[in-house]
Amino acid sequence: MALTHEIISHFQVNVNREDCKKCKSCIKNCSFGVFSFNGKQIVAEHHKCVACQRCVIMCPGKAIHISQSESCLPPHGNYTEKIRNIIWAQSGTGGVLISATGNDRPIRSIFDDLLLDSCQVTNPSIDPIREIIETKIFFGRKPKKLDFTTASNDVNEVSLKTNNSVNFEIEMPIMIGHMSLGSISYNACQAIYQAAKELNIVAGSGEGGLHPDFYEYAPNIITEVASGRFGVDLNYLNNAVAIEIKIGQGAKPGHGGHLPGEKVSSLISQTRMIPEGSDALSPYPHHDIYSIEDLAQLIAALKEATRYKIPVGVKIAAVHNSAPIAVGIVRSGADFLTLDGFRGGTGAAPRIIRDHAGIPIELAIAAVDKSLREENLREQITLIAGGSIRYSADLIKVIALGADVAMCCMPVLIAMGCRVCQQCFRGLCPWGIATQDEILVKRLDITIAKNRIINLFHSWNEELKDVLGAMGIDSVESLRSNRDRLRYIGPNPRIAEILEVKHAGE
Amino acid sequence: MRWENYTSLPEKFRNQRVFDGCGISGFINIDGSRVSGKKVIEMLCILRERENGLGAGYAAYGIYSKYKDYYAFHFLLDDEIAKTQVLEYLEKKGNIIQSEPIPTKKPVNIDNLPIIWRVFFELGSINNPNNDEKIVKIVMDINTNIKNAFVMSSGKDMGVFKGNGWSNEIADFYKISEYKAYMWLAHSRFPTNTPGWWAGAHPFNLLNCSVVHNGEITSYGTNRRYLESFGYKCTLSTDTEVIAYLIDLLCRKHNIPMSIATIALAPPLFEEIEKLDKKSQILFKSIRATYRSAMLNGPFSIVVGYSNPVPTMIGLSDRKKLRPLVVGISEDENTIYMSSEESSFRRLMINDHDFNFKDIWHPRSGNAVIAELGNGLIKNGLEITVKKNNLLQEEAC
Amino acid sequence: MQVNKRMIVNETKEKIFEIGLEEIIEINAAPNGKSIDSRELNFMIHEAVNANYKSIILNNVCGQRFIGAALKGDIEIIINGIPGNDLGIFMDGPKVIVNGNCEDQSGNTMNHGTIIINGDGGDVIGLSSRGGKIFIKGDVGYRVGIHMKEYEDKFPLLIIGGTINDFLGEYMAGGLIIVLGLKYENGNFQESDQPICGNELGAGIHGGKIFLRTDLSLEDKLGIGANVFDITEEEIAEISPFIDEFCKIFGIPSDIIWKKPFQTIKPISKRPFGGNYCSQII
Repeated sequence: MALTHEIISHFQVNVNREDCKKCKSCIKNCSFGVFSFNGKQIVAEHHKCVACQRCVIMCPGKAIHISQSESCLPPHGNYTEKIRNIIWAQSGTGGVLISATGNDRPIRSIFDDLLLDSCQVTNPSIDPIREIIETKIFFGRKPKKLDFTTASNDVNEVSLKTNNSVNFEIEMPIMIGHMSLGSISYNACQAIYQAAKELNIVAGSGEGGLHPDFYEYAPNIITEVASGRFGVDLNYLNNAVAIEIKIGQGAKPGHGGHLPGEKVSSLISQTRMIPEGSDALSPYPHHDIYSIEDLAQLIAALKEATRYKIPVGVKIAAVHNSAPIAVGIVRSGADFLTLDGFRGGTGAAPRIIRDHAGIPIELAIAAVDKSLREENLREQITLIAGGSIRYSADLIKVIALGADVAMCCMPVLIAMGCRVCQQCFRGLCPWGIATQDEILVKRLDITIAKNRIINLFHSWNEELKDVLGAMGIDSVESLRSNRDRLRYIGPNPRIAEILEVKHAGE
Repeated sequence: MRWENYTSLPEKFRNQRVFDGCGISGFINIDGSRVSGKKVIEMLCILRERENGLGAGYAAYGIYSKYKDYYAFHFLLDDEIAKTQVLEYLEKKGNIIQSEPIPTKKPVNIDNLPIIWRVFFELGSINNPNNDEKIVKIVMDINTNIKNAFVMSSGKDMGVFKGNGWSNEIADFYKISEYKAYMWLAHSRFPTNTPGWWAGAHPFNLLNCSVVHNGEITSYGTNRRYLESFGYKCTLSTDTEVIAYLIDLLCRKHNIPMSIATIALAPPLFEEIEKLDKKSQILFKSIRATYRSAMLNGPFSIVVGYSNPVPTMIGLSDRKKLRPLVVGISEDENTIYMSSEESSFRRLMINDHDFNFKDIWHPRSGNAVIAELGNGLIKNGLEITVKKNNLLQEEAC
Repeated sequence: MQVNKRMIVNETKEKIFEIGLEEIIEINAAPNGKSIDSRELNFMIHEAVNANYKSIILNNVCGQRFIGAALKGDIEIIINGIPGNDLGIFMDGPKVIVNGNCEDQSGNTMNHGTIIINGDGGDVIGLSSRGGKIFIKGDVGYRVGIHMKEYEDKFPLLIIGGTINDFLGEYMAGGLIIVLGLKYENGNFQESDQPICGNELGAGIHGGKIFLRTDLSLEDKLGIGANVFDITEEEIAEISPFIDEFCKIFGIPSDIIWKKPFQTIKPISKRPFGGNYCSQII
């Protein structure tokens, strides 16, 4: 790149020469090649720094700190620094800008504009520590009604006539979303699946196939059939508690998955059954789904293939017509439906799609829940909402807006050590999470990572119970779609109307 | 008594949730013998602390032997226009067998009295199994679309009488003691944030199902959305409405035995279910999974009158036992009594020294008491859910 | 149709192939003239498999879908009639033979096994297949062989006796596709009078090879990322055994094959779109 068009570094690497022991730990630890030694002292190339904080933590002398660059551009409210950098990067390369994680534009969160109700006087709150509050969910299809063998009220004679529908139990209304082996490391996957098993919730496998080492976690794994069908063979279909057809994801509606060749190591090549080093591209659509009836066909094919033993569902990105699309999907036979909002995360996506396409999950879930109810389809399926469920407040609010289960990915990665530097697609993750480099992967201790995930969701579940108790509700099923317990406090009353939530004060 | 707000609340209260304390009572004669409402008035009025004069009501089953095969509509109407519209509407839908005012004791010096009217009605094809559904639609239609009209009850051989006043005032007004019924329900209210309105008093009724309710349903939003997807319209601001509609949905539309429907409304904890044998676990978990949106959360005790097909009285309290419910059985085991407080029973014993109870007990939380005409006490609400060979077996109680 | 233990012949007494396996069962997909639905037919197929039948003959098949879905093992399924979409989807081992045409998406995400179509095929054949063989005597439609993949010694093989339409081998990541451009008429194989292929050949190909038996210029028919070459001696040796196998099954005289040259379509690179993206930190 010509000197005159160099982009100013965001970050500045400050090395305190007095504290620096010249042990070169920073050189070893930084996977972005920021540090070197010139014979006399540590030298840092600021423009390579992504503020991942690895060096800061690993420096024995605590000599490094990362700050925002002291150099600055002239301020401009419209042509922000970011926009100027985007223009410079594109003029230099002619390429489509790629990024990772989720939408980083400062768009107002609707969750943050919603407040929760509590009981006062007219009914009692429930103490979540000393009394039982239930957070168990049945995941999958339920029958429209139950039939019993007799109409007699003598309960000794009654038994169930309806066949059991295809569903399973999870202990909390939380699902760990799909992150493929490939986008994240083997160690990260192990930690996730082990945590899912201990918590008795489910985790998504992503679209990278399922490594045989993970078959033992099958009762807690939902496998993903995406457009690339990587690794989709009978082992994959049979080592899962459910199968999800991925039509889209919130981070990149309309796009297929993209695993750059740098991350296709021999392990990935083996699991996905593609040559090492080649890009793993998923086609944009499923090429056997060009219309809603084709989706019905693939759902039926998967149910045939698994002998109708496990739920088969569909994931779509939340887009403008999510509500009628959702109705179509449920009528096509899906047992569960995942809606991924526009803030959803990814290992690699064009910035333009990641940041500008899709709609917020808050609005999507409210619209889909409403449409499904109008068609009397809501009760039979499980509705999962994702796309930036950041902490337990979002979890609680999305359930009150209509979801059965909240799906999250970024908090899991952050629990394992991710600093959200947005460089996942480069395969250089210094925390061993979003990389296939064996040396880097070793840095992620599976047991510690697993325990951190368990801690995270344990606290979310306790906070959920806390709020339920304060609302006088002793089962999460009575919070679902209970929009009465929410009030809106944001600037746009039209949003409250669409969500069918009253304004605070009403 | 308040002579205003008959069929609707004043505008400013309309979108509010209504919070009230209540007293509930009821009894059923197993042999079907019809008795005067006097006893239930006594049972209710003693629960004085539970009312503030802003609402009371009674449901009586077996009062219209002469017209027992016809749907007996009880209407609350603000004025003659509403009455004319309702009668014209009904004439288009079927045959009016008899149309008359419900006998009431007119107060002196009150101008704008409500019109309290009853119509005995039949649909064109008499034994059509869809008739009940058509009546439900008629009720929803009248309540939503005909201004100033409200259907108090729409069952056969039964009726609901309610209004805005003290329990004894309402009993006087409707001449409750002159009716003879084999099953009586009664309710008195303590609304705290509205002036009360006649239509909003309990019992709530749909077809032959009447509900008197004490407590507040915290799952109201969830239950309401569930019901609305089946076409029920929740027009009133009180949560008791959803209880009546849920029972109608589960028992009439889905044809579920009452003992199972009450399990859906107040299911046992998963912790308890997991202690049962495999078959029962599947049964209970299926009920919890399929009917999770019918679960009533929050404090409640209810007494329900239901007669499809056999007249039945059901008592149920929430699974955390946040509202009181007491059950008693007469010495001759012919009458089952339910009330918010034991004082109701004591009142009866004070009035009649020969009157005695064989047994008085508090049913377990979430455990229904079911008493059927002719068959007696089917469930006493004290059963422990322990599975041996059958679904439930009574342990010593 | 006559069945004996070693040979299947069709109504015109043409020999189709020999069955090698014992234990034959015939299933009627239209008892009393009324077609049963897909789920019921597949259920009966599974029952037959569970009862250890190795050769399953399906008669009067008319559009039933998912036949052979997720089936494993050393089984033969012979289909008389026209199977519906997703024939052999997720299949992992069996041999499926169709006496007639088939519809769309045959061999969808197939892992292992053989599909032989004694007729024409539809669109989207062999989508994302990973292994196994699909042999089609006649013509096929659009987007055939999309995203086929190979890994180590496992690769999918797709041979089409007739012609193909647009987007052959789109996103191809591995495997072999061979298109012969012949037609079967009046008991003979001869050159087809249809154009052998459509446009956008191998769009996005980044692995595997496509062989077209034609002397027409293919330059302007190529999709992005694809390049066309004359076939090399090594490649002739590579594909000859597969072509021989194909000819033997359908009774094609081998001399007609080599009357025209083959051209090879190969990817320009393993990472054809790497240059499209910019990963600078902004």
